[in-house]
Amino acid sequence: MGILFEKDNFSLFVRGFVGTIELSALSALFALLLGIMLAAFRVSPVPVLRAFGTAWVTVFRNTPLTLLFFVVTFMLPRLDVHISSFTAAVAALSVYTGSFVCEVLRAGINTVPLGQAEAARSLGMGFGQTLGLVVLPQAGRAVIAPLGSVFIALPRNSAVAGAFNVFELFSVQKTWSEDSYPIFASFFWLALAYLAIGFSISSVLSLLERRMAVAR
Amino acid sequence: MNSRSASVLYDVPGPRARLRYRLAGALGALGIAALLWWIVSTLSDKGQFDARLWESFEYNAVQQRILDGALATLKAFGLAAVGSLVLGVLFAVGRLSDHRPVRAVCTAVVQFFRAMPLLIMIFALYAAVFTAEPMWALVVGLSVYNGAVQAEIIRSGINAVPRGQGEAAYALGLRKTQVMTLLLVPQSVRAMLPAIIGQLVVTLKDTSLGYIITYPELLFVGKWIASNSDGYPYIPVLLVITPIYIAMCLALSGLARWIESRGRRGANRRGAAAA
Repeated sequence: MGILFEKDNFSLFVRGFVGTIELSALSALFALLLGIMLAAFRVSPVPVLRAFGTAWVTVFRNTPLTLLFFVVTFMLPRLDVHISSFTAAVAALSVYTGSFVCEVLRAGINTVPLGQAEAARSLGMGFGQTLGLVVLPQAGRAVIAPLGSVFIALPRNSAVAGAFNVFELFSVQKTWSEDSYPIFASFFWLALAYLAIGFSISSVLSLLERRMAVAR
Repeated sequence: MNSRSASVLYDVPGPRARLRYRLAGALGALGIAALLWWIVSTLSDKGQFDARLWESFEYNAVQQRILDGALATLKAFGLAAVGSLVLGVLFAVGRLSDHRPVRAVCTAVVQFFRAMPLLIMIFALYAAVFTAEPMWALVVGLSVYNGAVQAEIIRSGINAVPRGQGEAAYALGLRKTQVMTLLLVPQSVRAMLPAIIGQLVVTLKDTSLGYIITYPELLFVGKWIASNSDGYPYIPVLLVITPIYIAMCLALSGLARWIESRGRRGANRRGAAAA
């Protein structure tokens, strides 16, 4: 267990930890934006946009994340698009996670009973008012828990980036394995790091859930 | 959702709204067509549709390799699916146990494996135990991780059966094993199946992590073909293997939908009409 404090392993570990956090935070942001846009397409009254949203989500939910990383790492350079591995990893993770976010948001909007919107309209509320005051607050509560599990999965998925030239926690494991440290010692520290990340996200989410809870 | 009927977001459209929707539809179609055209023209500008890059797919050896890769993916998936379901049942039974130590241990194990990145576990197994056999590192890692997830699906499915069912069975003098096997499991299995198959789709997708530990599955084979052929046809290879992955996953989720629709025909129709 002492390997963390040998040589400069600690700074390596910290760099990996920060890499994972940066990658996950940025990807979470872009995944949320992409997910909102796709969800808007999927619930829009325009059939063409709905079909586009459905096709996009079907493709990216059924494509392995490793394959997406493979695409951004090996395919973009062949098209003379040269971006850093970190940007590429953020793109792959956001596109992958975005389609899951979209499905959660869409399911959340569908949980709001039709009668709520009908009541709002019959009170004379316009589209913006119905959406902002009636539908979204109710959908938001239904969405927090499933959205939480999507975003808890994100740091775990980000480990794949370590295999595609981004420095984060999986790279730390690879480096320690190449330096032939005992694998279970490095596994212990990485487990600790990921458990800490997962625990902090889930406690923020449960706080949010408690703040937004209403008596029904 | 039909654009002629009201949804929770939009009222029934009048003539002007219908005109607006049609306009938006036309613009959207134009935008999507432009996007597709841009993708195809970029690919052809960079010479990605040149016959030279696609030649390697004409060789039987290459076709055989792709097939072998797909079979290797399916083999790892099959073993992991069985392993994860067996482990899932074991963990779920443990978490529902009447004995507190068993429950505590199973809860801890399930929570731990659900919180760990699969890649970290697979790599640790590969580096420490299965150095020569990456497939078993992949299969064991997938089974443990997905087993933990399946356990949660099974446990919550069993807990979702109305309490009165179990209570009535206990009142009739059935034992716990009988209550489980005769009442709770048969009633919950139908509701759980879509979620279980959904997780199997995740298992299938995650077999591609085998690429990282050099297990010769579909993606690894693709990389091999691309880096050993004339002109490094990465894009043609991706255009071939991505549809294979998507088709395999869609076939599995199609199975889930089919089972779901079969379940809906049954007598157990309580509550589904509310949606």
